[in-house]
Amino acid sequence: MPSRAAERDPAGIGTARAIGFVAPALLLIGVFLVFPALWTLYIGITDYRLTGPAAADPRVVGADNFTTALRDPLFGNSLWLTALFVLGSAVVGQNALGFALAWLLRRVRTGLRRTVEGFVLLAWILPGPVVAYLWFAVLSRDGGTLGLLLDRPGTAWLVQYPMASLIVFNTWRGTAFSLLLYTSALAAVPPSHLETARLAGASGWQTVRDAVFPHIRGHVLTNTLLISLWTANDFTPFLLTAGGPNHESEVLPVLIYRQALESGRLGYASAMSSLLLVGNLVVALVYLRLLRGRA
Amino acid sequence: MTPGWVVRRIGFSVLVAVVLAFFAVPMLWLAGAPFDARPGFGLRWPEWTLSNVHATLRHPFALRSLVNSLVLCLVATAVTTAFAALAAYALSRVRIPGRDALLYLLLLLSSVVTGTAAMVPLFVLMLQLGLIDSRFGTALAIAGGMLPAAIFILKDFVDAVPRSYEESARVFGASPRQVLGHVVLPIARPGIATILVWSFVNAWGNFLLPFLLLRDVGKQPAAVLMRTLQDEGGSADLTVIPVFSLLYSIPVVVLYLVVSKRYGFRFHGGIKS
Repeated sequence: MPSRAAERDPAGIGTARAIGFVAPALLLIGVFLVFPALWTLYIGITDYRLTGPAAADPRVVGADNFTTALRDPLFGNSLWLTALFVLGSAVVGQNALGFALAWLLRRVRTGLRRTVEGFVLLAWILPGPVVAYLWFAVLSRDGGTLGLLLDRPGTAWLVQYPMASLIVFNTWRGTAFSLLLYTSALAAVPPSHLETARLAGASGWQTVRDAVFPHIRGHVLTNTLLISLWTANDFTPFLLTAGGPNHESEVLPVLIYRQALESGRLGYASAMSSLLLVGNLVVALVYLRLLRGRA
Repeated sequence: MTPGWVVRRIGFSVLVAVVLAFFAVPMLWLAGAPFDARPGFGLRWPEWTLSNVHATLRHPFALRSLVNSLVLCLVATAVTTAFAALAAYALSRVRIPGRDALLYLLLLLSSVVTGTAAMVPLFVLMLQLGLIDSRFGTALAIAGGMLPAAIFILKDFVDAVPRSYEESARVFGASPRQVLGHVVLPIARPGIATILVWSFVNAWGNFLLPFLLLRDVGKQPAAVLMRTLQDEGGSADLTVIPVFSLLYSIPVVVLYLVVSKRYGFRFHGGIKS
């Protein structure tokens, strides 16, 4: 008969050893996540720089960096571009395409479904620098695929339409997650509801709106929050446009990098990172509240 | 077969074809350009040759960067998997004081503190520790970033394993070490395999951290070298880049094929939904 202690700790490793098991992971998380996060907040209130006198002896300047950021047209520009990027490629692009694919692929032949899913997933798992080159090739002015398709050879898409290019690119890159999530969500919709909708003569759109959506509302929210968070923090735009031309595609992660490592304004960049951290925290708290509500 | 049905059917096929093309066409470049005698960014039927492959293999940093990627990736993956497995088991089975608060904090950390948000302090931290250009240090930083999510995914797996296995082994006099090694580890194998693959793919494609922390070109992984190949002399080195992209992609593609053949690419249970 297992004792009461064994019910709580079936292998009998004991609390002390259990803490020992957790410690190495916590140590790494502490050093490389918790400490940097807190330090970002601190560096954000100093005038720390990569080089020069403020590199050796940074001073605390209070909220100066934050007020500078809020007045900085580059920061405003990058907030706007980040919002555009998240809205266009995550909230609308990946979400809609992921759901549409999950819905359309439900009843097609297994072979075709596997093929489509395979390419969507491949786009997701190929290394970032490789997909950047794939899209250089699509968007190139020298016989790039898009120019040929639209009969506009010689158009440098990444220069003339940098944000639109990034949005299409990121939709391509990240739809896999939404597809996987919605596929598993749709599998849980009771078939009888779909059957009823069909018998009532509902169109495809009516079925989705009235019979499917109420069941997957939670998934839609979860998915939207997660992909928005990831997209807002994505550094891949740097590989495609590096923020150019002339700051036209400088989303927040790229702006932070350029301010920190190219201009050497570590304090200022940290202040902007802190704002990004706070934004992430808000989204994550909403997400966890939703999870808890459903559990 | 009403006309409406036919129209819908055709519309459906066209839609699927367009979506398939959208996802597949960008990848064609990876099939043609590496073996083209005059590689460019344009889409065209290649003049087949292997000379680009030879040029890439002779490139002073190409193979070395792939080895660097492998070292970085293996260290990060091994550390992540081992530490996450230990932590997930302990958190699943033992009521450590403050466990629930810890789990909540981990879940928050896994999404809130991203490499982008923490790049300045990470850079300064490694600079002051003298770990800039240290592949081992960079691998640990990558592992630190992956650990919270890895612990969560693994804890879900361990939670699903009935405790009765361990209890029976204990009743028959097995020591905790034997229970862990002979009972828990074999049962948790699918979870551990998931984390191995997941962390390998993540670390293999990670660009930001090695880009920040490894400045010496001889120590840079493939992800970072690809950017240098582009900037050399202002324009992209197109004899090397396509073949190199292909070589660099092979490990994740192979892993993907193995995983989808053996397990199928699906979300299990409530891990992510």
